[in-house]
Amino acid sequence: MFQDINYFRFGEAGILMEFGHEVSEEINQQIHEISRWLNENPFDGFIETVPAYTTLTVLYDPMKFVHPEKSAFELAKNRIEMRIESMPKESASAGRVIRIPVCYGGDFGPDLRNVAKLNKLTEKEVIKIHTEKTCYVYMLGFAPGFPFLGGMSSEIAAPRLSSPRLSIPKGSVGIAGEQTGIYPIETPGGWQLIGRTPLELFRPDDNPPTLLEAGDQVEFYEITTEEYHSWEAEDDHQD
Amino acid sequence: MTIKIDKPGMLTSLQDLGRYTYQQYGVIVNGAMDPFAHTAANLLVGNPEGEATLEVTLTGPKLTFGIDTYIAICGADLTPSLNEKPIENWRTISVKQGDVLEFGKCKWGCRAYIAVAGGFDTKREMGSKSTYLRAGIGGYKGRALKEGDTLSVCTDGHSFHPISINWFVSHELRAVYSNKNTIRAVKGRHFELFTKDSQTAFFNEGFKISTQSDRMGYRAEGNALQLEEQREILSEPVLFGTVQVPSEGKPIILMADRQTTGGYPKIAQAAYVDLPKLAQAKPGDSIVFQEISDEEAQINYIIQKIQLNYLKTGIGLKNRER
Repeated sequence: MFQDINYFRFGEAGILMEFGHEVSEEINQQIHEISRWLNENPFDGFIETVPAYTTLTVLYDPMKFVHPEKSAFELAKNRIEMRIESMPKESASAGRVIRIPVCYGGDFGPDLRNVAKLNKLTEKEVIKIHTEKTCYVYMLGFAPGFPFLGGMSSEIAAPRLSSPRLSIPKGSVGIAGEQTGIYPIETPGGWQLIGRTPLELFRPDDNPPTLLEAGDQVEFYEITTEEYHSWEAEDDHQD
Repeated sequence: MTIKIDKPGMLTSLQDLGRYTYQQYGVIVNGAMDPFAHTAANLLVGNPEGEATLEVTLTGPKLTFGIDTYIAICGADLTPSLNEKPIENWRTISVKQGDVLEFGKCKWGCRAYIAVAGGFDTKREMGSKSTYLRAGIGGYKGRALKEGDTLSVCTDGHSFHPISINWFVSHELRAVYSNKNTIRAVKGRHFELFTKDSQTAFFNEGFKISTQSDRMGYRAEGNALQLEEQREILSEPVLFGTVQVPSEGKPIILMADRQTTGGYPKIAQAAYVDLPKLAQAKPGDSIVFQEISDEEAQINYIIQKIQLNYLKTGIGLKNRER
């Protein structure tokens, strides 16, 4: 079923599995299936998985694989291969659809103008295109609950900043290449910012601790500055 | 059963060996910048290696003990003193109620670790006592310590009563530290995408640690590194010690508070056993990367863990049950 997996050493305690170079929802769903399977059926020394677009990284404890002739990497790789062979052949469950309100432009989206200019569009057109398509959560990474979303139209693609910003406000919605994503906490980062959402993406008291999970579908919709502030006030009230 | 913070120092926070199993949700690992010094400090007071210690940065805090206990300080030499009498790093130290621990000039290194017998009594959040500063969770109220804070110490069931404390962590074990700052590293996944000149420069010419360096990562200044051709890389996981290069060409060495994934090309991976040298490097310090094989890096890692196990066993033998 998964014949084209390449295994690479990644640091002293990691194995990076590469499922080709092509970004597709189908391959990505396979990655999440294997990731779930390994977490539910861990081998001795298994620590955790970090799924990404076309890769799955498995972290393990090399001290569980000390052997006079074989490297810890070879032995851990072998355990992963055996686990994958024993996977049941079932199809991935369809992800949820989650709608996310965004206030675009202005102070909330300082790069909206630049993204429009780069693509010879008006700011309004960029917003229209960003809210039109349903996106797919390929992975969570970089910051707690940060979704890497695929499926955005290439008409509004924009490169990463050549030097990352030292601080990006929580809730900022950004674009990097043909990906779009949301910064759940204040952090440095290099994506071009087009707007901001009042939703909390990182929820440390919940399990899982994030609003979105890999495999979910996301739809953005536009809200006004007033709506943004009243949403925030409502959230504060609920706390 | 508490320790009072009279002065917080520059950046003092609780850290352990990190928060695992949440990276798939983008939650960072966090943890001690110098895992070796952190672990040694814990072992010296009879704690498990994953207990939290206080990570102290450059300017140490001033603490008053409300309890008789044992402490150990490992890592940077920030000239610690107990009741104004100098004390040594890498040793078990007996403290009495009312004793005052202070730090002076930074003689060497950047980060020291204070362990207390029994450990700090704070809730594990998402499985770890580490302070995740940016997200405001873990450690002491999710933040760095401030003047007037009081830390509770766990005393339940702890039985650290050493027969003698006239011993310390051998220099041989600490030999990972040197003032030359040669960082062994393996080629990263995207090494071959860099120009030949950049590949040669990376492993031969030194870098300077920039002032834009913190627990998340260090920017290294030197010859700008260039890709053979500009291209976007798909985001994928990064680790403690991953060296990635944004398009401006200045490498970023990812540290304890690194993000879980990154989208810049990875030129190298610093060896785990040399991370303490990076953790102890200050802005302005020089580093040189030296290439080693993946296999060698993994064997060094295993050897260091075995040495720490010896230390643990040795300390266990010097402890007596009461």
